[in-house]
Amino acid sequence: MESLIVSIYVFTLAVFIGFELITKVPPLLHTPLMSGSNAISGITVVGALLAANANNWHMSTILGILAIAFAMINVIGGFMVTDRMLGMFKKDKKTDKGAK
Amino acid sequence: MIYLEQFTYLLASALFIIGLKYLGSAKTARKGNQYAMMAMAIAIVITLVISGVAGPIQIIVGMVVGGLIGGIIAKKIEMTEMPQMVALFNGFGGIASTLVAYSEYLEPTTLPVTLDVNITLILSLFIGTVTLTGSLVAFAKLQGIMPGRPLVLPLHQLLNFLLMVGVVVFGVMYVMEPAVPMWPLLIIAVAAIFGVTFVIPIGGADMPVVIALLNSYSGLAAAATGFVLSNNVLIIAGALVGASGLILTQLMCDAMNRSLFNVLFGAVGTDDSSGNDGAAGGGEQKTVTRYTAEDAAMIMDTIQSVIIVPGYGLAVAQAQHILHELGELLTARGINVKYAIHPVAGRMPGHMNVLLAEANVPYDVLYEMDDINDEFQNTDVALIIGANDVVNPSARTKKDSPLYGMPILNVDYARTVMFVKRSMGAGFAGEANPLFFDDKTMMVFGDAKAVVTGLVKSLKEDD
Repeated sequence: MESLIVSIYVFTLAVFIGFELITKVPPLLHTPLMSGSNAISGITVVGALLAANANNWHMSTILGILAIAFAMINVIGGFMVTDRMLGMFKKDKKTDKGAK
Repeated sequence: MIYLEQFTYLLASALFIIGLKYLGSAKTARKGNQYAMMAMAIAIVITLVISGVAGPIQIIVGMVVGGLIGGIIAKKIEMTEMPQMVALFNGFGGIASTLVAYSEYLEPTTLPVTLDVNITLILSLFIGTVTLTGSLVAFAKLQGIMPGRPLVLPLHQLLNFLLMVGVVVFGVMYVMEPAVPMWPLLIIAVAAIFGVTFVIPIGGADMPVVIALLNSYSGLAAAATGFVLSNNVLIIAGALVGASGLILTQLMCDAMNRSLFNVLFGAVGTDDSSGNDGAAGGGEQKTVTRYTAEDAAMIMDTIQSVIIVPGYGLAVAQAQHILHELGELLTARGINVKYAIHPVAGRMPGHMNVLLAEANVPYDVLYEMDDINDEFQNTDVALIIGANDVVNPSARTKKDSPLYGMPILNVDYARTVMFVKRSMGAGFAGEANPLFFDDKTMMVFGDAKAVVTGLVKSLKEDD
């Protein structure tokens, strides 16, 4: 029970930090924010690695490996697409070759 | 060694928070994403090293296969398809959590399994599975595999209620008899059905809300898994994502003047295609004057300022690039060009900004609704392309309208209002737009890309 209480503390405080930080994100960046949080929710990969940590082919190990693959799709895909998107945001027109 | 592991997870958690902080400004956003990337890399590496996990080859295979699939999707995906991709990724996050939780049920890492572990395990299985099947339905609706209209089953709310009761009952049974393998499986099965029945009654136009909500769930699923494993980095990262998704959900609801309850249970919205043809004018025989792209170009000769209002119709017609060219042409003539972005323009929060950024429109000419709404009255032309509901003045005045109370862009205050639209059709809300019949309004019918291309051509011929 002790560790559950600690977990609830950590969770609650993190939610507050999340609210503080995310309310400051302008609508301009909401789509990259969502794809970025896709990547961050891939943190489950840490749990998956622990679950798959066995030199056997028990069901629990296999499920762990599947979880690793799914979570890694989120991690790599999420971060890469966010980076790709943010690279498209340009500020002024000086860099714009098309303008006269 | 346990201290090293814990402190490294703490470092990773801090980096996630710093990353999100930097994501709050366009200048630093890319750096923010890199901080989050670093945090993830650190968390993964310390897990591999400390638990000696790196040994079994299958783990490496799992990582490489997942990473490759993710990388390919990230490279290939079109920006118009971002909502589908985010929906699908939400689902992957959900299934990963369910799999980890179930694996933990089969072979617990710490024995004996305590009551609180069992309770959080149920939560993890439930949230993860709902996120998975709900996201798959959202994906199918956005991708056009499933019809976008709301699908309401007979006694739908009763069914949802019974499913929730089922989860509670099976959850209690499970806590009392954790050894019976049937209970967790039943919880997963009920959660899977609930995910489907939860999303199918929601219309295509409300999908931005649903994706944001499922985004939140995928974070909560990760956090729940963190509770099961008593792993703080999972809890913190999951909580951050959960909070983020929840805020975006609320913002989307506000922008449509709907409550979350109404979105989830109201079954509003007809179709996910923009502009359903047919006379939505309600039989009133008002006339509109049709103009051509050439007429519109002539007006552009005499003006000093224009605010462009893009809607999803623009993206459907793939007209972003030619619109950018139009913007450049007008700017070159000394016309002040700005873009007004309504919060629900596009198919997910912030979608329109990304679509325009991809077309090289610099982000400092993109304005949020609140920042630009006072400028319409001093603007010569409001050019509305593929948008309707978000500029419908009925939202201010007509109390019985489904749009009533929704914040809109004040395009009707501009001196001339130009609509580029496929037809007279009403928007998602089915509410006719009285602005179409206003004397200062020019209706240019046609595909957004064809019309804007015509505009650009006419302007170039003038030069």
